[in-house]
Amino acid sequence: MNKSNRTYIRVAVLGLLLVALVFALYSSFVKDPNAVKVGKAAPNFSLQQLNGPDMALSDLKGKGVVLNFWGTWCEPCKKELPALQQQYDQFKDKGLVVVGVNIGESTVAVEPFVKQFGVNFPILLDSQSQITKLYRIGPIPTTFFISPDGDVEEIFIGQLNEAMIAQKVSKILP
Amino acid sequence: MDQRKCECGHTNPIGTLLCESCGKPLDIEIEEQTAFPDMRYEGMARRSQTYTKKVIDRVWNWFSSVKIAIGIIIVILIGSAVGTIFPQQQYIPVPVPTEADVARFYTETYGKLGTIYYELGFHNLYSSWWFVTLLVMLGTSLVICSLDRVIPLYKALKKPRLNQHKSFLKGQKLFAEGPMPEGAKQDELLANAAQVLRKKGYRIFSTDRALMAEKGRFSRWGPYTNHIGLILFLIGVLMRSIPGFFMDEYVWVREGQTVAIPDTPYYVKNVSYHTEYWSESEMPEKLDLKGGVIPKSFQTDAILYLNKNADLPGAKPDLIEVKSGPIVVNHPMEHESLYLYQSGVQEMQLGALNFNLIDQKNGNKELGLIKVDLYDPPKEQDLGNGIKVRTLDYFPDFIMGADGKPATQTNLPKNPMVALEIIADNGKISEKMVYLQGSVITQKTDPQFGLVIRKPDLIDITGLNVRKDKAVPLIYFGSFIFMIGVAMGFFWQHRRIWVQFQEDDVMLAGHTNKNWFGLRREVDGLIEQTKLPLTVEEKSKA
Repeated sequence: MNKSNRTYIRVAVLGLLLVALVFALYSSFVKDPNAVKVGKAAPNFSLQQLNGPDMALSDLKGKGVVLNFWGTWCEPCKKELPALQQQYDQFKDKGLVVVGVNIGESTVAVEPFVKQFGVNFPILLDSQSQITKLYRIGPIPTTFFISPDGDVEEIFIGQLNEAMIAQKVSKILP
Repeated sequence: MDQRKCECGHTNPIGTLLCESCGKPLDIEIEEQTAFPDMRYEGMARRSQTYTKKVIDRVWNWFSSVKIAIGIIIVILIGSAVGTIFPQQQYIPVPVPTEADVARFYTETYGKLGTIYYELGFHNLYSSWWFVTLLVMLGTSLVICSLDRVIPLYKALKKPRLNQHKSFLKGQKLFAEGPMPEGAKQDELLANAAQVLRKKGYRIFSTDRALMAEKGRFSRWGPYTNHIGLILFLIGVLMRSIPGFFMDEYVWVREGQTVAIPDTPYYVKNVSYHTEYWSESEMPEKLDLKGGVIPKSFQTDAILYLNKNADLPGAKPDLIEVKSGPIVVNHPMEHESLYLYQSGVQEMQLGALNFNLIDQKNGNKELGLIKVDLYDPPKEQDLGNGIKVRTLDYFPDFIMGADGKPATQTNLPKNPMVALEIIADNGKISEKMVYLQGSVITQKTDPQFGLVIRKPDLIDITGLNVRKDKAVPLIYFGSFIFMIGVAMGFFWQHRRIWVQFQEDDVMLAGHTNKNWFGLRREVDGLIEQTKLPLTVEEKSKA
């Protein structure tokens, strides 16, 4: 075998191994390619509304969406609900929708709870926790701020207060 | 004189230890027999030693070094060991929702060392970029080391050298030299030797005055074969990162429930679950189980569905049955590349509460059965005779909240509290009552209606492990090739015996890559049967 042939083969073998390295590194950095990320489109879904028809996220295009995952057993969620309601009242005419996704509870458990807190923004029932898994929800409350064109602007884990919501909502109003 | 030029006239590449043509050791004087070159690669130049001008060649040479390969292995070993000192992030026992919480956990739990551990990325070691890089480097080294050695070795062994230089024969560990026996003929002796060796399973290469007998050459390919297996194995592991190649999920399914399998268009229904126990008659001897039982099998009867409406998650599924049958431990349900394993169970869990509604003012007359499904309590039940039962409030896992109001700790019915309203006589009578912890509390002191608690519905919740691993066939195949390579290298030896006549002397040399005792026996047998006047000297090192 002559010299140039040998170099050619070495370049090919090393190139192939380099591709393997790049791929391995890529997959070590991107552990969950399906995870919901800031700057990416929020995955569409459809769920049954408490006392209402099914609602799809895509129905809300053109509006700023606050997507809040919560449960009646979660104390910070309870404390956060009035703040969410207050901001919803203030901005709903300016194109804001607050959507509460209840995680795996029955209508009978959710309905009196929502009434008790005077919540009137749409509540979706994720009875099988399917959307909770899709959005990779860990601790709750977790809130997604979604822009009018459907991109995730911010993800917040933990309890929000009115000022925080107002500040974040200002970025997603149409 | 050009160093690479052997006295026989052959020009060898730089790095050659034994002349490619005559086998004479190059560059060194064979005064001391122990300095004879290693026979490992037949004295051939490793390809990497040939040219070192270009960057690509330097990279190649770096990876071609066995010292570097061992270095990489040691770093991987040390790294893996360090990764076990503190728990990996996925095994942190407390919730750590954000990266800051993770950092705080290591600092607070393990102090300064914990901080360093976290900062250096040891908390996610096995998928960290540098660990993955090391693994790929090991793979690279494996490929290049093998290529660099197997090709010259193949070339050397393909053309067996018959007329070896005297110093080559002398340098072998088994060597004997003696004068030709009186009246013996070279060709007769050679033919005789060839026959004896052929019987022992040797392949014979010969000329009129030299003979080489060889067997088990393929065992020299063993190490390279097992490297190929290892590389296939590594490729298989790498392939798991390709989307759709690997998944490992866990779903809990209640009896009667149909659940979506995350990240797939499939749903699974638990038709029924049961644990079978060994009966006493089946046991070979009487055991004192102290009232206990021994389970025989854990079985879920399941149906797997494909959701035709999977494009929109959460939307009402359009299910088509694709498979149904039992799932038993070690016998998963299989569909295409999806496997559902029986791997957990919660038996006798509260599924629904049952009550008998009685009319206490009418001789405790039974008015009907009330069933409260604890996973989806009905808003209203009609018992007939104008009696309706409403579920007013429901707390699946009751706890008295800090504000003095009832609350729930989880969304699972571990300690259910249900508030019911009985409506009768077209709404004229309304009585409220609460069920909690095995008793019923009524609102009125002298109620008309009462609840008799009946046996609740107990259900089994099965835990199914859903796995997909398309790389498994390749990983098994790689392991199989690896084992073949190991067997080739372990159980066979590459033995060679040279018989040569030079001037009036007869010379005999032997070489094997292992099991010198076996070779020695064959050489001794050869000398005995051909009646050659030789005494074999076995050197300690060759």
